[in-house]
Amino acid sequence: MFLIHCPYCDESRAEEEFHAAGQAHILRPSDPATCSDAEWGDYLYFRDNPRGLHRELWVHAAGCRKHFNIARDTASYEILGTYRIGENLDPGRTS
Amino acid sequence: MWRSPKPRSRYDVVIVGAGGHGLASAYYLAKAQPQLAVAVIEKGWLGGGNTGRNTTIVRSNYLWDEAARLYEHAMKLWEGLSQELNYNVMFSQRGVMNLGHNLQDMRDIERRVNANRLNGIDGRVIDAAECKRHCPLLDVGKSRRYPVLGASWQPRAGVARHDAVAWGYARGADALGVDIIQQCEVTDVLVEQGVAVGVETRQHGRIDAGRIGCVTAGNSGVLAGMAGFRLPIESHPLQAYVSEPIKPILDTVVMSNAVHGYMSQSDKGDLVIGAGIDGYVGYGQRGSFPVIEHTMQAIVELFPFVSRVHMNRQWGGIVDTTPDACPIISKTPVENLFFNCGWGSGGFKATPGSGHVFADMLATGQVNDLTRPFDLERFASGALIDEHGAAGVAH
Repeated sequence: MFLIHCPYCDESRAEEEFHAAGQAHILRPSDPATCSDAEWGDYLYFRDNPRGLHRELWVHAAGCRKHFNIARDTASYEILGTYRIGENLDPGRTS
Repeated sequence: MWRSPKPRSRYDVVIVGAGGHGLASAYYLAKAQPQLAVAVIEKGWLGGGNTGRNTTIVRSNYLWDEAARLYEHAMKLWEGLSQELNYNVMFSQRGVMNLGHNLQDMRDIERRVNANRLNGIDGRVIDAAECKRHCPLLDVGKSRRYPVLGASWQPRAGVARHDAVAWGYARGADALGVDIIQQCEVTDVLVEQGVAVGVETRQHGRIDAGRIGCVTAGNSGVLAGMAGFRLPIESHPLQAYVSEPIKPILDTVVMSNAVHGYMSQSDKGDLVIGAGIDGYVGYGQRGSFPVIEHTMQAIVELFPFVSRVHMNRQWGGIVDTTPDACPIISKTPVENLFFNCGWGSGGFKATPGSGHVFADMLATGQVNDLTRPFDLERFASGALIDEHGAAGVAH
């Protein structure tokens, strides 16, 4: 069971209040009309799937309902930190 | 049962991953092309990944033509598998029900059963009374929160003994001269000028290969990373549970997409239960507590009488999910490197078919009519095969 620190509520809450929304920091191509099929497919479907440090988008679905980022180890399940949209996080820092 | 050979320095074909799919690939490849030197290398023990961690359900009632053909190909191989391998895989065609709980469920079920029948796959739409006849302890009362209105019924579907499938294929492949090398972890895929030439292993160093087939389920993304490309795959933990053994109460398989759980009973008497994946990417072979709670809620909703049965064991496997819930059986950006992955939470049922078509790909280097729709190319062309939910896939 994860205890997740919501960077907006500034509280650590149970995993059940949150919903994982996939890989974080995915940029939409600035000019989709000039993308090749492969580039657009890469944006839509291809994801990092690391065994180790992963940056993810989560939403505090049963709380403030805001999206934020988590840096998490997908093998040990350790949460290295949580941070707001638009921010970045040194993975060595522990929130 | 099988030898434990020292690896040679070079094989014509190296298959990475000795699960059911990898061993089946090796078996059918060695059978069709006996002149090839084939090895299967495995970081743990054979059949120790998802092959030994699933709920053993076998069915082929998929909606779309491409998927239906592939899974029905597997079903036909299942029907002769014990004879083919001379090894009892305990394939039991006890039927599978996919329940409908509302009007839209029933419309989807009718559409899918009609599609199945057009594809030559057996199936009927049955009403709640017939569900009750197949499974007297199923609660089909109208007062339930999610009343059972009916189901799709595939009589040829059923269950098989998962370990026996791995062991049978391993024994068969070994007898055909395949080297099965366990405790041999791939640490790198060796690529020279865009061509895969071998693998580096932790225990046995470099092993050269003419062609490499990766059949590593949840770890497919890690293997692809070694070869320098990404896959449209995310790996999630999927849990299963078995109860204490009880007297026979269930001689079929009951699945519900809407209530989100599925259950059968093993020959030992354990109730075998599964449900959904964890929502986040994870490589820990365990599942989260909220999913346990959701699963048990679903099972008790369908079968109130099991509410006091103790769960004996719980475990997790790492499933490789794709955006369209269909597998990837494909060439890759690296020449001579092929992937058979993305089976997500429904790979066990496809084991013989998956091995059979992947063996053909490894022998010829080309797609065939069954594998063409499952090429990686579909994630650029957009020709996805959207089997999410539509097939009654309970996840």
